[in-house]
Amino acid sequence: MSTPFDMIVRSAVPAKADAATARSFVSWRRLRALITKETRQLLRDKSNLMVGLFLPVVLILMFGYGLTFDVRNVPVAIVADDTSPTAQDVLAGFYLSSFFTVTRPTSMHEAQQLMLKRKIEAIVHVQTDFSRQLASGNASIQVVVNGVDANRARVLQAFAQGAIGQWSIKRAAAGEVAALPVPAVSLQTRLWYNEANNSRYFLVPGLIVLVMTLTGALLTSLVMAREWERGTLEALFVTPVNSNEIIISKLIPYFGVGLAGLAMCILAGKFLFGVPIRGSLLLIIVVSMLYLLVSLSLGLLISAATKSQFLASQLALVLSFLPALMLSGFIFDLHSVPAVVRGISRVLPATYYVEALQTLFLVGNEWGLIVKDCAVLALSAITLLILTRRNTRKVLA
Amino acid sequence: MNATLHRILVLIRKELIAVLKDPRSRLVLSVPIVLQSLLFGYAATFDLDRVPYALLDSDRSGAAQDFMAQVDGSGTFERVLDLHNANQIGDAISRKQVLVVIHLPADFERQIYSGRGAVIQVITDGRNSNTGSVAAGYVGAVIERFNALWNEQHGGMQPPLRIEFRAWYNSNLETRWNMIPSLIAALSMLQVLILTALSVAREREQGTFDQLLVTPLRPTEIMIGKAVPSIVIGITQASIVLVLARVWFGIPFQGSLVILYFGLMLFTTASVGIGLVLSAYSVTMQQATLYSFVLLMPMMLLSGLTVSIRNMPTAMQYLTLANPLRYAIEMVQRVYLEGAGIAVLYNDMWPLVMIAAITLPSAVWLFRHRLV
Repeated sequence: MSTPFDMIVRSAVPAKADAATARSFVSWRRLRALITKETRQLLRDKSNLMVGLFLPVVLILMFGYGLTFDVRNVPVAIVADDTSPTAQDVLAGFYLSSFFTVTRPTSMHEAQQLMLKRKIEAIVHVQTDFSRQLASGNASIQVVVNGVDANRARVLQAFAQGAIGQWSIKRAAAGEVAALPVPAVSLQTRLWYNEANNSRYFLVPGLIVLVMTLTGALLTSLVMAREWERGTLEALFVTPVNSNEIIISKLIPYFGVGLAGLAMCILAGKFLFGVPIRGSLLLIIVVSMLYLLVSLSLGLLISAATKSQFLASQLALVLSFLPALMLSGFIFDLHSVPAVVRGISRVLPATYYVEALQTLFLVGNEWGLIVKDCAVLALSAITLLILTRRNTRKVLA
Repeated sequence: MNATLHRILVLIRKELIAVLKDPRSRLVLSVPIVLQSLLFGYAATFDLDRVPYALLDSDRSGAAQDFMAQVDGSGTFERVLDLHNANQIGDAISRKQVLVVIHLPADFERQIYSGRGAVIQVITDGRNSNTGSVAAGYVGAVIERFNALWNEQHGGMQPPLRIEFRAWYNSNLETRWNMIPSLIAALSMLQVLILTALSVAREREQGTFDQLLVTPLRPTEIMIGKAVPSIVIGITQASIVLVLARVWFGIPFQGSLVILYFGLMLFTTASVGIGLVLSAYSVTMQQATLYSFVLLMPMMLLSGLTVSIRNMPTAMQYLTLANPLRYAIEMVQRVYLEGAGIAVLYNDMWPLVMIAAITLPSAVWLFRHRLV
């Protein structure tokens, strides 16, 4: 059996012919041999394919079916110290709403115990003199939530307001208008590009960003470091192979894996989850290729600079994956962060990729934004490649 | 027994030296955790402090001015654009110049005085639907204040039914209070899992594994020797985040440090157990790293860190039961913010013990049976 290494050695044997091309940018023959070697190495190790192809599938399924900001079936306790029909009537909204599943503890104390044990998420408390107070036009209902998950607590408050509001609307419709003074100003909200407020619409473009970051930076962060640690890169140095060829041959197979992941994500987003593609598919592919190049060369740079698999994997995690998840504007909005953090997010290529993808999927070909994003990504890719090239000189450490 | 202890201590010392002797390793284990706590502490919030908006005022009346004074006075909204007709709304939003467009209709003042009530149109950028909804909610809050003020000044009727909201433990509903304590568990796990996964795999790849086998150390002792340094590093990292949460972000710590550290100990042991299984299974360092990532990603996403577990479909909620990070985040939040005691936290602790009790012996078994 010929090992990948044999192949390089064999391809390097006619050294005279190669000596002439050694100084040129690349020799296609050597490059082809190296790419074959890298591809085989990639395909033979199951762990590469686990991250490159299996993990994207897992993430697609999780993002599509599991992760959602849409709240439903919240267990809520109703404590009605006033058992009058009026009180029952006001609380009916909670029973009818699909957002809540209602339990009826007998006392406020019991409800608080349930809340402490996290069996319920909210307590709705109607006091004894509720109907009398309501008749005099000054009644109140207490809603208690656990504020630890603040975002969720806010959603619950809005739902509780809605459930109780239904009663007022019903009363007004029944002609008891006095119950419902018209507010001076009311609000009509429209959420553009995502009228139904479907959180998949922004999760799927974000998912693509994560997958591209993972295959790109993580897989490549290990390849160069591994060769340094095992000493095989030194073996490569004594062949006529030049640094350009080493870098390109390591980029191309992983580029292919990244594109496969991209294709899976786009297909799943479109056909499984019904996320619209309002811009051009071609542009989505172009901008993704640019980002993939950024992410691959960042991985290679980390790998070439650290020369250690432990450091490389930690840095890939810290420099590529975590910022792409937390600082890119994918989940958390960047309008409210302090200037320093915003500055950092502006330096991250992932921020521009998120912006471009969200726009291309949901808005359309908004050229001003897309051109800016593509330019930033292209510039980052070039910078990172140049840095990688400088870190891959054929010199022993 | 004494000899065993001695051997384990020697191995622990060797492992700690192996990880910490390289100054770059020391840096990579300490600096990122501080930077991440600070960065994510600021970035990871659903609250908006600054909402850039555009105003399309088709009324230009006194009432419209009063209303906009309320909006601008809220301290959250920042007017960056004045629009003159509805056709400009599209560009303002799609080019990301503003997050929100507030449109006051031409009959705004007339409708208010007529008692029929005016309707304000608020258009938000739904590319991130979560942010868009939060921003719309903020406009709603301004409107409520305006209405209350209006009723006061013009003798309008108060609504007969009010809702009194109270939120336990975090009365101002700051998302930061939820996020930063979660990071105590999440950030330390990320690095420690990879660190542990590499521990045995490194020996395999560098050929020192065989040497380890011919020493008097038994597999169990080797595993303990590999586990303890990772646990120590994990707890140290968690402590760094804890200090930053308390001192830098000033989030009040309600519970008992003893309980918190007891829980963190269980959690770190469980994650180190998972790391050791991966390490004993992997042939190369590359495999160990990549397998840990295959596990880490779902563990992060199914932990309740960014998306509430209660929103997930039932099948996926069952999947989270095997995730140590899920229990750790709940545990840390409850100790930190709610001041919960052992009686309440019991449910978060025993699953961690179970995970450790399954993974650590499995690692020893794999170590013994996978001589590659």
